[in-house]
Formats: sequence, structure tokens, C-alpha cells
Amino acid sequence: MSTSASNTPTTLRSSSEPRLLEPGLERSDRIFHGLSTLTGAFVLLVTGGIGLFLGLQAIPTLRHYGLSFFTTVVWQPELDHIGIAAVLLGTLEVALVAMTLAFPLALMLALFISDYAPVKIKSYLVSAVDLMAAVPSIIYGLWGFFLLQPHAITLSRWLSQNFGWFPLFHVDTDPNAAVWQQSRYTSSVFIAGAAVSMMAIPLACAVMRAVFDQAPQGEREAAMALGGTRFGVVRTVVLPFARGGIIGGSMLALGRALGETAAVLIIISPAYEIKFRVLEAGTQTISALIAGNFGNATASQLSALMTAGFVLFLITLLVNTAAAVIIRRSRSGAGTDI
Amino acid sequence: MTTTDVETTIHDLSATHRAASETHLDAIGISAWFSGTRVLENVSLSVPPATVTALIGPSGCGKSTFLRILNRMHESIPGAQMAGEVRLNGDDIYAPGVRVTTVRKRIGMVFQKPNPFPAMSIGDNVTAGLALTRTKVNRAQRAELIETSLTRAGLWREVKDRLDQPGSALSGGQQQRLCIARALAVQPDVLLMDEPCSALDPTSTRRIEETIDELRSEVTIVIVTHNMQQAVRVSQQAAFFLAEEGQPGGIVEQGLTDDVFHRPQDPRTAKYVHGDFG
Repeated sequence: MSTSASNTPTTLRSSSEPRLLEPGLERSDRIFHGLSTLTGAFVLLVTGGIGLFLGLQAIPTLRHYGLSFFTTVVWQPELDHIGIAAVLLGTLEVALVAMTLAFPLALMLALFISDYAPVKIKSYLVSAVDLMAAVPSIIYGLWGFFLLQPHAITLSRWLSQNFGWFPLFHVDTDPNAAVWQQSRYTSSVFIAGAAVSMMAIPLACAVMRAVFDQAPQGEREAAMALGGTRFGVVRTVVLPFARGGIIGGSMLALGRALGETAAVLIIISPAYEIKFRVLEAGTQTISALIAGNFGNATASQLSALMTAGFVLFLITLLVNTAAAVIIRRSRSGAGTDI
Repeated sequence: MTTTDVETTIHDLSATHRAASETHLDAIGISAWFSGTRVLENVSLSVPPATVTALIGPSGCGKSTFLRILNRMHESIPGAQMAGEVRLNGDDIYAPGVRVTTVRKRIGMVFQKPNPFPAMSIGDNVTAGLALTRTKVNRAQRAELIETSLTRAGLWREVKDRLDQPGSALSGGQQQRLCIARALAVQPDVLLMDEPCSALDPTSTRRIEETIDELRSEVTIVIVTHNMQQAVRVSQQAAFFLAEEGQPGGIVEQGLTDDVFHRPQDPRTAKYVHGDFG
């Protein structure tokens, strides 16, 4: 290095201390940086604000009812008997039925789009799934009530006829009656869950498909070159790679299903009861409870509804955060780099 | 499946494996297209048994495409088409009724970038091909297959004490030798290698070249390489591919490696092997 010899600085810096460096951002970068930070902060502010607002509203109710708010089954404000035990159970049941139906369908659909569909129709299928997510939930409610329900009750009856010994499929009526009581099978958790699953499928499918598409091409080719079938490639490469995305996508959809309102409100008939008979008429969910009673509520009833909403907010926040963590931790594309 | 069945399967596999030293692979009149654009025109190449054939030539001349046609990997790319015949011991691998999975089992492939299955242990990586082709083996046979394959790929001594660790924890060169072991474990008759050393350091490259030399007597090898010294070191036969400006690629000259490099017939080959272009 002949040039450095002539340019030797007169005073040598100590190499034991880190040097202070000028911040390297240009002005345009700083402006954009500021704007994007602001947007991010705004989102956090809104979410935090909702939580704070609901939390504050919940204080009087929780002070008045204490823990019994979580253990009381009925919702009878006029008798001062208020609790979310049955409503919370109903919410979970509808969401779980929805996910039981949605998970296999979303998984198969996502696999078909990523690994089996001809290239020509792949983009159409992706748009179709996106379109499914864009359909307003009230439409799915109407679909569930008018189109699905008349047929689904036949399935409900068949299930209770043949598997009625299993508590989940039991219905409190005689399934073999000559003139069967159709109204015992309508407005059930099962039918509401089926309608909600239509909204959970596109969300779960979109996340899963995106992760399946990221499965490294090198590993796919390796599996093919070893004599693997397409299913072999899916089993050896795609599914292990996408495990995080499958779980995360399903949990995002679960979060969606937990909060679904319009479709559930149309289909169910309110019932405040601790029961696991998903085929039987009547249940209630938190969101449907709020939507149904919000209009003619007194101040204290409103606070009780807000408290129920707060509980739902916390549950969905928990589920979605867990989903985000799982998706972020999953191996997305890094795998085979040397 | 009874133990006798298993033994028969293993026996059959090693029987085909022994026959590998007599495997002829002939490509006849191969053309290839990507989305309607022709990238190879009427290429014929005969690969004699128990030899290493090197495919050399500048980038974009269709060497890798040609190699991928030899085990039907070409058709996995959307929009890819081909014409011509590839005969393995006289049978066209593209004939109707021939299962693509069977073809790929008999003609294995090692890729440019090492691609072990990162979620699997070293041992499971070696036997991945068995799981993929639903070949059942018992525990002892599996252990033996892992040891033989890793030994043949020159990796056994380095990994024998950590077969349970993930394959992705190995160095790049070791990963590539693991991929070679994985390809050998399904007992292919032919092994195709697509620039197997281009992502590796010189020491790993030398180890893999030694491995290729040791495998030659058992498996017929076709290797694509950009490294001309490597072609001279490992191959007995060479084919020089070239694509003129805007034209599909083809073989300009083929023959014994010694002839192609030291007594080329075509002036373009002479220019390429002397490093004048490419």
C-alpha cells in the first residue's frame, strides 16, 4: 500500500474506542422513515386505544359482578343475572366447528393451488379464493340460513340418528320420529359454524398457499429426482417446510371465526345454556350477543356488553399474536443456503 | 411385507446396481423448447457404460437443459417441451406407459446447489429416496445402506458419529456429498451431475472429483461443468455444446476427452478449450 504511506494522518485515532459515525440516512430516506414510523405508531395507537377503551368500560361491570361475570350462565339484565359462561362457550364452539370444517378444506385447496393445479388456472384460483374473502359476511349468513340450513338439517338428523350416543351429536328430540322436528335441528352451532367456515377458508388458504409457494425449488427438485411422486414432494418438502404457516394461517382464521358476527346473528337462535350438543337449535356468541342487545341497552347493560367485548378482544388478540409469532418463527426460504 | 420380501427387494436393487456397469444411455435427436423458444436442436449423444461424460460449453448453450432431459426433470418446468428419444439400455424413457418416477429412480441427479432436506437428520437424508419410492427396509438394512452410501460418497468418516444431526448443519462441500450419498442410496444406474462443484471451495471440489472417480466403475456418470480442468481431470468422454447468437444450442464436437481438449477438430472447440471465450 504505497499510497497510504504518504497519507498517514498526523494524529492517530485510538483504536480501542468505537468511532462516532454520522447517521447514514439521506434526507429523502429520513422523511420516508418518519412517515412509515408514524403509520406504524398509528396502527399500534388504534389497537391499544380500543383495548384501553374496552378495558375502562369493563371496570364498573367487573367491580359489580366480580368473578361471577365469568361463571354465570344466563344473560338476564332485568334480574341482574349477567355472565358470559354460556356465551363464551358458544363462541368457542362456533369457532371450533368452523375450523374443523375449514382446516382440511383450506389445506387441500392451498395444496391443490400450489402443487397440483395447471399453471393456466392457478392465478384464477388464487383470485377466486381472494374473492371468497371479499364476500360480505352478511351474504354468508343469508347463504347459511336460506341455502345451507334446509339441507344441513338432514345431515344433522342423520348424525344424531347414527351417532347420537356421542354427546356432541346428541339432539334432545326423537330423531327417528315419523314426523321429525326440524326446528330442533335449525339455528345450531353446526350451521352457524359452517357459514363461518366459509369466511375462515380463504384466510387460512391464502396464508398456507403463500407459504407452500415458498418451499425451496431446490428441495422440491431433489425429491422429484429421487423418484418421488408429487405427493412425495408435498410430504417430504412442502409440508415440513410450511408447518409454521399451516398452524399460523389456521390460527389467524380462528381469530376471524371467533369474532364473526353478522352470519352468526342471522343463523342462531339465542340460548343461554352450557351445552355441547352442536347439532341442536340454539346457542349464543359474544359478538352476536353484543350486536343483538346493543340497541336497547341501558348504561349498565352497555358496560356489561363492553366487558364481553373486552374478553373477546383479549382472546382474539392472544390467538392472532400467537399466530404471528408462529408464522414469523417458521422457516421461510432460508433452509438450504450454504 | 415379510422379511423375505424385503430381502428380495434389496437383492433386486443390488442386482440392478451390479448391472449398472453395463448401462448404456443414448440420447437421439433431442430438441427442447421453453415456452415455444427452441433452446436445443437435434442433439445426439451416446454415453458408454462405466465412464464419466463431461458436458462443457459457455453459459446458456443448453447443457443443463440437455442433462435434465436425460432423467425427465425438464418436463417439471412449466412451458417446457422436448422432442427426440432417450434410451436407457435400448428402452425409450419417454415412451407411453413409462413411469416418470421409475425413470428418475434409475437415473439419479445431483444439483448445482447442495439441497439436503433441512428438516431431516443426516441418516434420514440418505434414506429419503427409499421413503419417497416407498421401498421398505428393516433397521439393519437401513443402517447398512446409510453406511455404504455415505462411504461411496466419501462422507462416512466425517459424519458417522452424528447421523442424527440435521443435514443442514454440514458445510457446503459435505452437504453436496450428502446429496451424492442420497442419490446413490436408491441405487441408480446413471448419475447426472449439474455443475456439482460450482458452489464449493477448491478442497471440497477435489473431494467430490475423487468421489466421482471412485464411482465411475459402478455408475455411469454425466457431468455438466464450467471448469475445463475439472472436465479433463474427471471425464473420459466430452461433448462441447455451443449456441450461436439467437440460435438453439447443439453439440459442436464430441469424443474422448483427450481428443476434444488436445486435438479438437472444430476451430470453435479449439478456441473454447484454450479459454478464448466463454
